Amino acid sequence: MSPVLRVSGLTKSFIVHAQGDLALPVLRDVALAISPGECVALVGPSGAGKSTLLRCLYGNYRVDSGSIQIHHGSARVELAGAEPRVTLDIRRRTLGFVSQFLRVIPRVPAVDIVAEPAIRLGAAEAEARRRAEFLLGMLGIPPRLWSLPPATFSGGEQQRVNIARSLIVDYPILLLDEPTASLDAANCNGVVELIRQRRDAGAAIVGIFHDTAVRDAVSTRILDVVPPRFPPGAPVGVQP
Amino acid sequence: MTDTPLLLVRDVTKRFGGRIACCDVSFDLWPGEVLGIVGESGSGKTTLLNCLAGRMTPDGGSVAYDSASSGLVDVHPLSEARRRLLTRTEWGFVNQDAREGLRMGVSAGANIGERLMAIGARHYGEIRQTATDWLGRVEIELDRLDDRPTAFSGGMRQRLQIARNLVSQPRLVFMDEPTGGLDVSVQARILDLLRGLVANLNLSAVLVTHDLGVARLLTHRLMVMQGGRVVEAGLTDQVLDDPQHAYTQMLVASILPV
Repeated sequence: MSPVLRVSGLTKSFIVHAQGDLALPVLRDVALAISPGECVALVGPSGAGKSTLLRCLYGNYRVDSGSIQIHHGSARVELAGAEPRVTLDIRRRTLGFVSQFLRVIPRVPAVDIVAEPAIRLGAAEAEARRRAEFLLGMLGIPPRLWSLPPATFSGGEQQRVNIARSLIVDYPILLLDEPTASLDAANCNGVVELIRQRRDAGAAIVGIFHDTAVRDAVSTRILDVVPPRFPPGAPVGVQP
Repeated sequence: MTDTPLLLVRDVTKRFGGRIACCDVSFDLWPGEVLGIVGESGSGKTTLLNCLAGRMTPDGGSVAYDSASSGLVDVHPLSEARRRLLTRTEWGFVNQDAREGLRMGVSAGANIGERLMAIGARHYGEIRQTATDWLGRVEIELDRLDDRPTAFSGGMRQRLQIARNLVSQPRLVFMDEPTGGLDVSVQARILDLLRGLVANLNLSAVLVTHDLGVARLLTHRLMVMQGGRVVEAGLTDQVLDDPQHAYTQMLVASILPV
């Protein structure tokens, strides 16, 4: 199978203007190609740039240089430096992202937060809501919470609402940033099962899984992310 | 995705005496897009919005709009009458102060109905019915239809102004700090309302705000203005999560955590 996500020469640094334009190199010349049915686990010490890489792949962080080619619809589209409306269209149809934290929206019930991506893609509201309820149920969110805004939910509940929202659309490419970070064992197993289902159904997945049991259960290979070397003269120990 | 922008803005510049209010602003707005203009007070946001909406004539540059009725039109050379027709039919403008966007001396129903009559509605019963529907959509009790907005709270007035603007199904809405000066609970309700309406009606919008939380919730793209110039622009979450310009980094770092 040909890769649906192909990354080459990806380089990313942060410039902190408040610190005298301090440059913090994070990623240098990263390459990655991933095909349907693969799940690549990003592995490396804290601060190596795993989350930064994932955010670059989602178009959330800008890259200094390099290419992120995405198989989108029937075309190959360059995500690095893409126009906002192109990035948004890729996210709507092709690229799903599970972040560590849910960004709650005031007054919007959990079931609507989960259903929204499907409705945006044209699903009928009632059907999208049924799928949302099914996913919330599978992830162990009790029905009495479905109609409440998740602002008051526990961390683990919010995390699962977040996962449901990202899985309601069958995205061909999924990016997962610690999807099981704040979950207990039972809920963790439910999430692992859903990720494996998506992988076996042909999704291409890139993820950060701190828990080695989770990583072993879902990933098909490992990509080592190494911390960049600091340029001569740069201060040590300030890496984000 | 369509291939024609709804609004084409080129090199818009406006001066007040020797002072530059906005300088060389260019961008395209695409159908269905919500563009946020952020920056602190005095950065030129509102002046730019007024130039875009034809309420102010820029000293330089152009604003072209792809109208449903007659294709691409240059907004500023238009006659006053044609521009007024455009602003009543295809555009909306939500003011920060609802009193400026409403007629305070007539009823809520008349405020909504007036826009419909401006685009040719004549059947009194239908106008009243549509006005009632819209009161419901903006969550105002239906028995307030015949009350004047002077008897409404600030949040209700703002929701009424939104109904008055959207009842004629505009394609493009300009908003100047639509939640400015309102209590946070009232603000949340209006943001929720706007979020739903923008998505369901496939509206395009240009929204001026100094509140980066509002910008994150409602907009797809951001332009950051400082001293009348656009210093940074891009996808909203990109600009807020990975700000590049020193001024944007300072703005983002100044948000108070709750």
